Amino acid sequence: MAIESPKRPGTADPPAVRIALITIALVFVALFIFIPVIAVFTEALQKGLGAYFAAITDPEARAAIRLTLMTAAIAVPLNVTFGIAASWAIARFDFPGKQMILTLIDIPFSVSPVIAGMLFVLLLGVRAPLGGWLADHNIRIIFAEPGIVLATIFVTFPLAARELIPIMQAVGSEEEEAAIVLGAGGWQMFFRVTIPNVKWGLLYGMVLCNARAMGEFGAVSVVSGHIRGHTNTMPLYIEILYNDYQFAAAFAVSSLLTLLAIATLVAKYYLERRVIPVKQEPDDLAVKVAA
Amino acid sequence: MAVKAKTRRTNVLPGFGLTLGFTLAYLGIVVLIPISTIFFKTFTLTWPQFWAAVASPRTIAAYKLSFGASIAGASINSVFGFIVAWSLVRYEFPGKTLIDVMVDLPFALPTSVAGITLTAIYAGNGWIGRYLAPLGIKVAYAPLGVIVALTFVGLPFVVRTIQPVLEDLDQEYEEAAATLGASRLQTFLLVIAPALIPALLTGFALAFARALGEYGSVVFISGNMPMHTEVVPLLIMSKLEQFDYAGATAIAVVMLTASFAILLGINVLQRWSSRRLAA
Repeated sequence: MAIESPKRPGTADPPAVRIALITIALVFVALFIFIPVIAVFTEALQKGLGAYFAAITDPEARAAIRLTLMTAAIAVPLNVTFGIAASWAIARFDFPGKQMILTLIDIPFSVSPVIAGMLFVLLLGVRAPLGGWLADHNIRIIFAEPGIVLATIFVTFPLAARELIPIMQAVGSEEEEAAIVLGAGGWQMFFRVTIPNVKWGLLYGMVLCNARAMGEFGAVSVVSGHIRGHTNTMPLYIEILYNDYQFAAAFAVSSLLTLLAIATLVAKYYLERRVIPVKQEPDDLAVKVAA
Repeated sequence: MAVKAKTRRTNVLPGFGLTLGFTLAYLGIVVLIPISTIFFKTFTLTWPQFWAAVASPRTIAAYKLSFGASIAGASINSVFGFIVAWSLVRYEFPGKTLIDVMVDLPFALPTSVAGITLTAIYAGNGWIGRYLAPLGIKVAYAPLGVIVALTFVGLPFVVRTIQPVLEDLDQEYEEAAATLGASRLQTFLLVIAPALIPALLTGFALAFARALGEYGSVVFISGNMPMHTEVVPLLIMSKLEQFDYAGATAIAVVMLTASFAILLGINVLQRWSSRRLAA
């Protein structure tokens, strides 16, 4: 109705203001984002490609990479399964205490990584009742791999759920209801309707959870006990190399995690635009259901 | 009809018991039981023990640095994060998509990588440090380094909370203000800024909360000198390394209480923000 002016007069800033703000934004982002990224790769390659590959194929580096991959391989599926279950219960049903559960899911976000690691030391360390019992049965959790996995699960706990809940809510339940009314079983509906509807959000939840699982440092540092080549994940190994003044090697291993971070951001950019599928018109659905 | 559809919905879909049961069990095992241990552990401390840990001069110096540097970092992010969000939403410029993608880097980059990299850049012989050293500005191994690290980790929060609100902001109000004779500055201060305040405060609180608990990126750049550059998470870590679990627990409880208070504040802010947007 109103004639849309392409330039929208009155909403444009004076050119001097615009140029000044863009310049400030670029300098700030360059200072805190781009210079650090470039620095990682420059420092990693300062002793040449040979030293770079030697650093990332060193037996200790390989052990750290293996433990990092294993940790993520356990933490990500568990937390994604939880994300699916929680988003189904929360987005599809009304029950008392829903808001409370949403708040509780966020707790690991507001806990310092050091405190997160400490929780598991207090719970399962040899001085705790439960930890003492485990020690009597020769089960080592703290200062061993299981502790690292537990701390990682705690730190990455909310990520998939936080991603899936709003998507599940936005998609709506009409198609699932239609499937059930038409005689589909629960799992049939889940695999043929629910999962295809949220698949991009699910994938993004996995990517995000994975990046944080592989990169967690503080919590893992507390529970690892720093046993060389045995309980080091990549971020912990970086700390050891750095404290040994092996800077080029520390940055070489860092460059792998930086590449993972950049890949995560690129995946986020592409997945976010596909996250919410085009909703079918309710009228079509009514017809489908009636048919 | 609509009411009927709603009642039917809660009945027709399967899996409520299974998914809610799993959700509660997993939440309990992974989060609630571990969190509760810290409070149970606190009850085993005597008051003098607790007080000695949370109010020693070294701990107080750490609180001051942690809270001070976190506020400084969140404030820097509020100003510059706002400018970044504004530029991304309102202007076209080369490299815009690249910046939009990379703003989340501090969220995706492992903190130990961030820590050693910022230290290398800001050390006396680093890319930026070497230009600051002759001016007498010491960043790495000084409180300023802590602020740099905490600014880095909080950067995405302010940008990402303001950006969507700015995108949804209807420009018709600005046009109306301009038509009615307001200058651009008046429009900004009286029309745009009030609409953004809840998002800006939320972004500040998120960046602050993240900075308060940060460990990985601070541990390398700060130098960890007690009373001088030791933040609270580092203090907890050093108490844990000396097996002083009682002291570590006492300080952790203080920090957890602060975190939960901020979390509550953020929830209130977000409700305020969404009410504003709905209106």
